[in-house]
Amino acid sequence: MKRIYAKEEHCIGCRLCEIYCILEHSGHQTLVKAFADEENRPEPACRVEEDGALSFALQCRHCEDAPCVAACIAGAMTRDPATGVVSHDKDKCVGCWSCVMMCPFGGIHIDIEKGKVVSKCDLCGGEDAPACVAHCPNEALIYE
Amino acid sequence: MPLSLIPAEFEIRRNPDLCIKCGVCTRQCSFSGQNINPDDGSISSDDNSCVGCQRCVTLCPTHALQVVQRPEQGRRHAIWTTATRAGIAKQAETGGMLLTGMGADKPFPVYWDRMFLNASQVTNPSIDPLREPMELRTYLGSKPNQVEFDEQGRPVTAMPPQLRLELPVMFSAMSFGSISLSTAMSMARAAAESGTYFNTGEGGLHASLRQYGANAIVQVASGRFGVTPDYLANSAAVEIKIGQGAKPGIGGHLPGEKVSAEVSATRMIPQGADAISPAPHHDIYSIEDLKQLIWALKESTNYTKPISVKIAAVHNIVPIASGAVRAGADIVAIDGIRGGTGAAPTMIRDNVGIPIEFALAAVDAQLRKEGIRHQASLVAAGGFRNSADIMKAIALGADAVYLGSSALVALGCHMCQKCYTGKCTWGIATQDPYLTKRLNPEIGVKRLKNLLRAWSLEMKEMLGGMGMNSIDSLRGNREMLRGIEMSAQELEILGVSPAGR
Amino acid sequence: MSDKRYDYVIVGNSTAAVAAVESLRTQDMEGTLAVISREPQAAYCAPLITYVLAGKIPEEQLAYRPADFYERMKVETLLGAEVTELRPEAHEVVLADGTTIGYGKLLLATGGTPIVPPLPGVDLAGVYTFTRYEDMCRVREYLEHRQVNEAVVVGGGMIGVKTAEALVKLGIKTTIVELLDRVLAQALDEKGSVAARRALADGGVRVVTSTGATGLGGSEVGVVGVQLDSGETLPAQLVIMAIGVRPNTTLAQAAGCAVKRGVIVNDHMQTSLPDVYAAGDVAEGYDVLLGESRPVAIWPSAYLQGQVAGANMAGSDTAYEGSVAMNSIQICGLPTISVGLTNAAPGDEVLESTSANGRDYRRIVIRDGKIVGAIFVGDIDRAGIITGLIRDAIDVSDFKHKLIGRDLGMLSLPKDYRLHQVMGPGIEV
Repeated sequence: MKRIYAKEEHCIGCRLCEIYCILEHSGHQTLVKAFADEENRPEPACRVEEDGALSFALQCRHCEDAPCVAACIAGAMTRDPATGVVSHDKDKCVGCWSCVMMCPFGGIHIDIEKGKVVSKCDLCGGEDAPACVAHCPNEALIYE
Repeated sequence: MPLSLIPAEFEIRRNPDLCIKCGVCTRQCSFSGQNINPDDGSISSDDNSCVGCQRCVTLCPTHALQVVQRPEQGRRHAIWTTATRAGIAKQAETGGMLLTGMGADKPFPVYWDRMFLNASQVTNPSIDPLREPMELRTYLGSKPNQVEFDEQGRPVTAMPPQLRLELPVMFSAMSFGSISLSTAMSMARAAAESGTYFNTGEGGLHASLRQYGANAIVQVASGRFGVTPDYLANSAAVEIKIGQGAKPGIGGHLPGEKVSAEVSATRMIPQGADAISPAPHHDIYSIEDLKQLIWALKESTNYTKPISVKIAAVHNIVPIASGAVRAGADIVAIDGIRGGTGAAPTMIRDNVGIPIEFALAAVDAQLRKEGIRHQASLVAAGGFRNSADIMKAIALGADAVYLGSSALVALGCHMCQKCYTGKCTWGIATQDPYLTKRLNPEIGVKRLKNLLRAWSLEMKEMLGGMGMNSIDSLRGNREMLRGIEMSAQELEILGVSPAGR
Repeated sequence: MSDKRYDYVIVGNSTAAVAAVESLRTQDMEGTLAVISREPQAAYCAPLITYVLAGKIPEEQLAYRPADFYERMKVETLLGAEVTELRPEAHEVVLADGTTIGYGKLLLATGGTPIVPPLPGVDLAGVYTFTRYEDMCRVREYLEHRQVNEAVVVGGGMIGVKTAEALVKLGIKTTIVELLDRVLAQALDEKGSVAARRALADGGVRVVTSTGATGLGGSEVGVVGVQLDSGETLPAQLVIMAIGVRPNTTLAQAAGCAVKRGVIVNDHMQTSLPDVYAAGDVAEGYDVLLGESRPVAIWPSAYLQGQVAGANMAGSDTAYEGSVAMNSIQICGLPTISVGLTNAAPGDEVLESTSANGRDYRRIVIRDGKIVGAIFVGDIDRAGIITGLIRDAIDVSDFKHKLIGRDLGMLSLPKDYRLHQVMGPGIEV
């Protein structure tokens, strides 16, 4: 399956990936509207880790044998065998954090107050390049 | 600290309706012009720090930003402009020379814009480059006085070493140190993949670029940085750098901050130590001395590589160029006053030297007159902006041109002229690893190759329009040029007839 | 001849069984497949019964997989049917009604049975275990018919704690009685336990430790109190027995299958009987950190074992990497995660950090340069990175101090390992 790969030697830490991830999952057409709608603004599933000159964007790796799927006690985390996309069903999530315990990438983002996993990369559907990849100005994210 | 009287040059305009406070601008600015308050996420701009590089403007995802040159401040004065007064204020506060980067930004006349190319009509039909082969291939190097053939018609004259260019364009000398490794890598790979050459400048050849040696013109400059037997052997040609159009007569100074571990290894100088290139080569005080170095380099490269001599276009460029050819130079590169630099005193950059158009035309004419034009190829440099400039230079006698600034612009340079600070926000003129990452060589290579391809297409179209199918037919062919807005003397030096004649 | 025959038969219908179905069907969509389970409903999320009891989630949300799961996976379900006998030679199982079902390959995913201590009064009305849907239904029904003001949960493990939390949510004064000196002793170290106990207290759960239950007192309406070895009696109209679960090995044992505490399996999840596999709480999976096989009754291991069993049943050659004991449990709003061996042995190096407000606590146990255990309390963000280091047995000597900070990330890892992770295809078998 196609995956997103982060090339840390090219990541410039601009975080446009996070910004466009928010837009893509906001239900709005423009960044201005997506960011103005603070209440419903989604958390980015793509996160930049940065320490000085070293940075890279990381999102769910959509593991073949996704440990989060194995760990989910609520059946909220599933992997589509056809597309390979690991998706998270917010309605089913009970906030047991088993996925957090299992994900070796730290790719699952939670809100303890809300008691839910709040963001996890869905590959933006998986057909075209996901928003983070499409808007990376330096090709530090590739989808192949 | 007393009040600074240096006025802000730019105004950062932020449209509050569009700004989403994403902070991209703050992360992109390396001059502290855009700042985010970590407590409340608010963003503030500082016009005084802004250098007008347009990095934030370009990266802003909502196009909320504009950075514009501030209008003249205070009472209008045609002589004592804001910029003039700002320079004085800066010097009054620092006691130092005014420094700058890139090529001269004064409104000098650009003579390329005063010359027009010819085209065929009716009597000498033009050629369609989409249907007919069109030759841009160029060989640089000394040509024999005459070529002899055997009975079968095969040439028997030994040919001196040549550089083969698929188009008469090369990347000009920019040292690793003044530019980032990714910039150098982009040019090296683009040159290799486009069939032309890049120039190491005086900074040596970084180990990772060694594989592109077949497309490298390696410089030997007054500082002799990075010059080793392998450096000379692993090259296509060797260039002795005498001068640079942006700063004729003065040396170079790479501040210690830019001498990173990699730069240090490549230049073979201590990390963090200033890299000083003396103004003259301390072993060259005459054409005879130059000749010694030329032949020493020929000898050490076993007469397999052309030796180039790069000189700045100054008042006595004609005899100097002639002397260089007579001293054995296979290529003479002339860099005009609009040539770029990573760092130069502003007064030197903007006031010393002559335009490349005159230097080129005069040198070409003189070498012809002396009957030695074939002994060396001429490469013109210094502010070539587009394919038409190049065509005109070739018609004025150049064999090829060097591109510096336009290559950097292709890579993202916005001409803020702050190369000397080492804080280039585009990742070009910097060694700061946080900034150099901004130029992904994969993208850089594509952009440079595209530029060369696009210019090739245009050059072929112009050639075909003139009824020519080879760039050789245009070389030194001043009949293909007509001038406007020039005095009789200017036209005469250029060897160009006025439009209408 | 059996009454019916399937290429694959799975006994049990929880996570290991579902995982086996899913992995088996990625390889073989044609072979006939039946799932036989004593429980009548489709696969459900057993750990969520405390959430349903507390009214936090609707009952429909218990479903582990979408309604069309069995149809999509071409599974014949024999639900509400108990397997009473396994005949390995005949390759068939016998149901309670005498029907015989033949199999090509059989998976025992029969899970565990809660342990009920032989205390006087355990048979009283109002005394329950709490691991299955039917347990929840019984408790719910009981609560409808009897006024319950006080409850006692015997056992301060995962199930005990979550059940107590649910009961408090229903307005019942609940006390956990734990024999050991702290709650969640298997998962957490002392500091973690203290934090858990504080969270329970804040949530309204009373905890009594170092105390055993000696008997249950009752009346004609049911249980009325729990006698403790301290001599005290706790009034309780509802008692939940939550002292542990043991592998449900009866079927395997009777068939002559090698069994220790659980059904013994090799790394392909094969039992000693030909064509019989076992996975999940019933099986003795290999414990990576202890270097021995033992039943590790945790959800992720059950799933992974089921996956391996299913793949092998369908003919592939897949080995189980082994289990790492781990638990993630949110205690009255306080998330806690524990992985591996969290109680240090002599010679182990322990790194700890506590946030300024004392709420967030992290602990890493290092043995021979490698992490063998970790605890996260409160701020659990990205805890899985540590799990990965444990699982991959990475020597962390050079960067261990980066691992207990709040900024734990892939950045904390050495470049080679990070690139291996980030540029790789994710986790593979």
